[in-house]
Amino acid sequence: MVWSWNKGLVSLNAILDVRGLSKSYPNGAGTLTVVKDISFSLAPGSTCAILGPSGSGKTTLLGLCAGLDQPTLGEVHLNGTHLGALDEDGRARVRSEVVGFVFQNFQLIPTLTALENVTVPLELRGENHAGDEAVSLLRRVGLGERLSHYPTQLSGGEQQRVALARAFINRPKILFADEPTGNLDAETGQMVIHNLFALNAEAGTTLVLVTHDTELAKRTQRIIRLKGGVVVEGA
Amino acid sequence: MAWRDSRTSRKRLLLFSLSIVLGIAALAAIGSLGSNLERAIEEQARTLLGADLVLSSRDGFSPAEEQLVHSLGGEQSRETSFSTMIYFVRGEGTRLVQVRALSGGFPFYGQLETKPAGAAQDFRRTGGTLVEESLLTQFGAKAGDEIRLGSLTTQIVGELDKVPGESVALATIAPRVYLPMEDLPRTGLLRQGSLVRYKVYFKFAPGTDASKLVEKIKPQLDQFRLSHETVADRKRDLGRSMDNLYHFLNLVGFIALLLGGVGVASAIHAHVKQKLGTVALLRCLGGSVAQTFAIYLAQGMALGLFGALVGAALGVAIQSALPKVLADFIPFTFQFSTSWLAIGRAVAIGFAICLLFALLPLLAVRRVSPLAAIRVAFEPQAARRDPFRWLVGACLGIGVAGFALSQTRDWRVGLGFAVGLALVFAILAATAKGLMLLARKLGGARLPFVWRQGLANLHRPNNRTLLLLLALGLGTFLMVSLFLVQQTLLTQLVSSGGTNQANTVLFDIQPDQRETVVQLVRSLGFPVLDQAPIITMRLTSLKGRTVESILADKQNHIPRWSLRHEYRSTYNDHLRDGEKLIAGQWHAQVTNDTKIVPISVEEGVAKELQIGLGDEIVFDVQGVPITTRVASLRLVDWRRVQPNFFIVFPRGVLDDAPAMDVLVTRVPSAAESAHLQREVVKQFSNVSAIDLRLILQTLDSILGKISFVIRFMAMFTVATGLLVLVGALLTGRYQRIQESILLRTLGASRGQILKILFAEYLALGLLAALTGILLAVVAAWALSRFVFEVHFVPEAVPLLIALVVVPGLTVATGLLMSRGVLNQPPLAILRAES
Repeated sequence: MVWSWNKGLVSLNAILDVRGLSKSYPNGAGTLTVVKDISFSLAPGSTCAILGPSGSGKTTLLGLCAGLDQPTLGEVHLNGTHLGALDEDGRARVRSEVVGFVFQNFQLIPTLTALENVTVPLELRGENHAGDEAVSLLRRVGLGERLSHYPTQLSGGEQQRVALARAFINRPKILFADEPTGNLDAETGQMVIHNLFALNAEAGTTLVLVTHDTELAKRTQRIIRLKGGVVVEGA
Repeated sequence: MAWRDSRTSRKRLLLFSLSIVLGIAALAAIGSLGSNLERAIEEQARTLLGADLVLSSRDGFSPAEEQLVHSLGGEQSRETSFSTMIYFVRGEGTRLVQVRALSGGFPFYGQLETKPAGAAQDFRRTGGTLVEESLLTQFGAKAGDEIRLGSLTTQIVGELDKVPGESVALATIAPRVYLPMEDLPRTGLLRQGSLVRYKVYFKFAPGTDASKLVEKIKPQLDQFRLSHETVADRKRDLGRSMDNLYHFLNLVGFIALLLGGVGVASAIHAHVKQKLGTVALLRCLGGSVAQTFAIYLAQGMALGLFGALVGAALGVAIQSALPKVLADFIPFTFQFSTSWLAIGRAVAIGFAICLLFALLPLLAVRRVSPLAAIRVAFEPQAARRDPFRWLVGACLGIGVAGFALSQTRDWRVGLGFAVGLALVFAILAATAKGLMLLARKLGGARLPFVWRQGLANLHRPNNRTLLLLLALGLGTFLMVSLFLVQQTLLTQLVSSGGTNQANTVLFDIQPDQRETVVQLVRSLGFPVLDQAPIITMRLTSLKGRTVESILADKQNHIPRWSLRHEYRSTYNDHLRDGEKLIAGQWHAQVTNDTKIVPISVEEGVAKELQIGLGDEIVFDVQGVPITTRVASLRLVDWRRVQPNFFIVFPRGVLDDAPAMDVLVTRVPSAAESAHLQREVVKQFSNVSAIDLRLILQTLDSILGKISFVIRFMAMFTVATGLLVLVGALLTGRYQRIQESILLRTLGASRGQILKILFAEYLALGLLAALTGILLAVVAAWALSRFVFEVHFVPEAVPLLIALVVVPGLTVATGLLMSRGVLNQPPLAILRAES
């Protein structure tokens, strides 16, 4: 454990440690608090779902945990690094080294092929020899025959599987998945979830899954239930 | 519905309509200027000539001609003009000027504008001279200073600012000096053989029709070879040259409008693409093809109308600047007023062009299937086979060609302009397509990621590569080609005054001064590079037919000028450097009693006169008829600074004819040239000198003024290009923000994002610059070769400057327009809609 000036002791062996996290936005005359005083920590290799209805603050919390946004109050320590002490480029470096993402809307770069999309995170780190690993990951998710296809030439499920391969290419310590099946039909969604959990288990990655699907949430080891920006269960 | 549908994109659409604003503003302002010029010429016609009729002669008026002049009656004024050297006593400056000795009340209409105002009358009463303002400035002289013209020493009584009907640009070559006719003999400059022009100005009683009068005396005028000009002639000539100016500017302005049209087409294309879902939904809800099309057509029309009206307003605002820009080329002053008809015409043309360009992408709305409402990745059917698309394209082509043809006298020039413009657009478009293809191919190349990603942006969906390359390439093409042509013309002049060539010409040397002038030049340490006697003569008959009968013959195709020209010929026993015999035999010498003199004729003028070897020509050599025969044809390099002649006689015939000599030398510096000119003028007051450096300077200044006018107009296109560039970058901004956020979420630093943008804009700017420059080089070569008939010399420095400036400007504008892209928080990625 180490001492943090504001929030007391921080778990040294946690991959993600969140303490007293709040996020407010100016709203007309006053402020709107979207996430309020949330604290939790996750051990490496664990899986966790953030569950809640629309507008409960799930996505905001995920963004804060992944260093995509700055909290109004509180601290986020990711892999032992205090994100609040870093500038945007510093946080980008942490994301590049530690974090993987899967988005609801796939978020592939339209001008790059499936293979090229997968190698982007490594190329951003200056590693230009990730081709073989990317190919094997794409094969692993069943897209070995679609390597040179552009996103527009792939179905939604295929695009999300490319996104999965991209998320694991830099061997992240933690994977943030935001409603990964939200834009997919049930059958395709099942296939993607199967791939997600399988890859996660193989790599021993910590998984933070944002969803409003209770059944999906049950597949994780821990559920943090949000309502109105406050943790109502599981913190 | 069209209004309601535009709610979310109204601001953006209005912004895009700005791309046609500058083109319409240019057309409106120029149209207004044209109407003003037309009105001014109509109103001021008489003051543009200063008289009702002018008769002029090169030889002075013979008694018979004087009788004719006398018989015409009215109030008369005389002018005798010639070139000579002015010598400023204080400061000892010398320069070639055009002296005009005046008697009588010219100008009868309008006035010589002088400072002080009374000087225009004072110099006639009290003696003295009016000297061109630019000349006074050059030599730091002022009213009251003494000058010398030949052997006359006199005073400057005022500075000359404007002469009715003459432009300032013209006067910069030979500045004008007026003196009273009574003082002319005291100059001692009118000797036999001098190049002099004599004029009589007439003012007739009100109601006299000068044109009819000229018609009546035409046979006598032809017989005496007197030139004539009436108010109607001047009006026609001036109207024609002002028309040329107006039409030329219109064409340059039109290019800006066309580029703006391309900008509009691109904006509508992006707009329509965004609205495909709405269109499909409207179709699902029962909207017909016509109804949905009408909604977006109305938006396109509103966009065009808004742009046209803003353009017209801007045109009204800038029109008052045009007369100032063109001041040196318009030989009269006028009150500028807005021509609403011209403004309306510009709005109509602008609106039509904008609508046609907007229709091209709008037609896609008709093909949107209701299916697109439920299928996200729905693409409209291929547009190539749409007959309406071809129809709109044809209307555009006909419209552009029609406009170009309406602005040119020669249909070939108009068609050439339209085809040339289409070619430029096509080549730029092909380059853009090539670039996209190359960028796609380079996707797999072993380039660093940021470069690959930057280049990939050039061919990604919804890219603006084509539009940006058109906008940037067209601007580069226009500016660089203007610059190259100007440089080529100047280089031509500089090279003709090259290191070993002559650069100073002494002329009007009388035969008895020949030896002493040569001695003077040599004593000052300068070489006599060439020397030739000049004898003026006119054609009397050609191949047995008199010039009068050829002129009267309606079937005659020989140009009038070549028949009426006063030929300045020489005699020589050898060919000069730069002359080449291409046919016949050279005769060096004949005896004095040779009946038919064998002469050598320059190849070009032989073609004009339609003569060949063996043909007989009779010349009137200052009253003496001399029969000649074309014995040889010569090729002459007119670019060489040396005495060049159409007609060369052998020695032995003209040796004693009244002549004046010309001598060319090379003087190393301007200061030494001034010294030579001073010494020559001091000792031989009738001898004139031209320093070609000065001519070069003058031509440079005139070319500079012309290119300033053209550049001023071209700036409309360049500025339109920048507007289109900004518009295109704004259209792609949303997509850029999305991609930038995604890359940053995946770990890209701001530096990497900046490098990606830099790579994209650098590639675009570089290729646009290269294509524009290449096109400019081809255009400048074609203009030099076929229009100016000079050797094209491409200058590397301006090309390199363009190669740096254009990509630099593109990168700077691109990064400036993308600055918000870097500031978006990555969190937005989680909120993005699919």
